[in-house]
Amino acid sequence: MPHMSDIQKVIEIEVLRYNPETDKAPSSQVFEVPFTDDMSVLQGVQYIKDYLDGSLSFRWSCRMAICGSCGMMINGVPHLSCETFLRDYYPARVRVEALNHFPIERDLVINMEGFINKLESIQPYIIPKEPRTLAQGEYLQTPEQLNLYEQFSSCINCMLCYAACPQFGLNPDFIGPAATALLHRYNVDSRDGGKEERMDLVRSEEGVFHCTAVGYCSEVCPKHVDPANAVNQNKTNAAVDYFLRFVSPKGGAK
Amino acid sequence: MSKRRPYVRPMDGWWRKNPYFVEYMIHEGTAFFVAAYAAVLLVGLVRLSQGEAAWNGWLHSLTSPWYVLFHLAALLAITYHTYTWFKIMPRTMPPVVVGGERLPAWAITGTGLAVAAAAGIGLLAFVWGMAR
Ligand code: SF4
Ligand code: FES
Repeated sequence: MPHMSDIQKVIEIEVLRYNPETDKAPSSQVFEVPFTDDMSVLQGVQYIKDYLDGSLSFRWSCRMAICGSCGMMINGVPHLSCETFLRDYYPARVRVEALNHFPIERDLVINMEGFINKLESIQPYIIPKEPRTLAQGEYLQTPEQLNLYEQFSSCINCMLCYAACPQFGLNPDFIGPAATALLHRYNVDSRDGGKEERMDLVRSEEGVFHCTAVGYCSEVCPKHVDPANAVNQNKTNAAVDYFLRFVSPKGGAK
Repeated sequence: MSKRRPYVRPMDGWWRKNPYFVEYMIHEGTAFFVAAYAAVLLVGLVRLSQGEAAWNGWLHSLTSPWYVLFHLAALLAITYHTYTWFKIMPRTMPPVVVGGERLPAWAITGTGLAVAAAAGIGLLAFVWGMAR
């Protein structure tokens, strides 16, 4: 927290507030927050809660860009607030809002039920091709096989990509970037045999064809997952499946 | 009773709220010129099938200043469309591995743009040669 020995700089933080018990709709509130150059936006918001208004609600945990809970719209752009610094906005006012495209539960806290359901629906675990006993030992994988999915396994479920995706905003049922990235991560894992089940979701009504290749999801992803790549590779996969059913009687699209 | 009342924000005007989306809409908008230009060529083909007089009439109508203006606009729009199209291309492809290394995005975009430029110039040279 700031020390008086520094020449105290003060930044205005404009927060979109919403209290479901008293407010019809969200509205802005501006706070004057003393800050030092090493303070993140998250720390600014924590200062508000500690010293100015204890009712302000937001999520955070690791404050080191790894847990994925502190995502917020900062001046209209989805960021992890713990790795975004107030000094980069000063002397202008910085505007903080709950992640776009998600229902606001309260203040900066969004409702993530839909996202959790999507994560479950893609069966985010290895479905073995055939039963394997402990005695058979561990799976072996080459670096090339690892390379195919490693990037997609770096996702921290921060949902910034959903806040960046207008198609998700327009159709909340769209399975969306991160869930598709994780789906792809398992589908291309050499140990996995669940691809056919997951492909039903890829080509479904809620599947990848909602995507119009805006590409902003990959732009905002703090972990370089490139979810747009997973979505678009699976458009190709779904199309290939569709045409393969004409040549191969088994498998392919239903 | 639950005190929860999740608030859903409207999506109106979403594409105006972020420069990235504005750029996206411009990119999508330039597709109109791709379609319009294809339509002009198609009309030319139909006129060709209707005989020499029809064909010459079509050629003549192309010399009107409006058509020249349209072609200039279409050239600009399609050039921009090509640029943005290859810019997102790396995001739409499976990884390309060359010599054990994954090809970086700029190499894919660069190759695409180079091929597009070569094809454009090649076609121009070809038509130029025929017209002389
Ligand atoms: S893909 Fe990236 S932006 Fe999306 S949830 Fe995962 S880490 Fe966050
Ligand atoms: S607090 Fe964990 S990612 Fe920011």
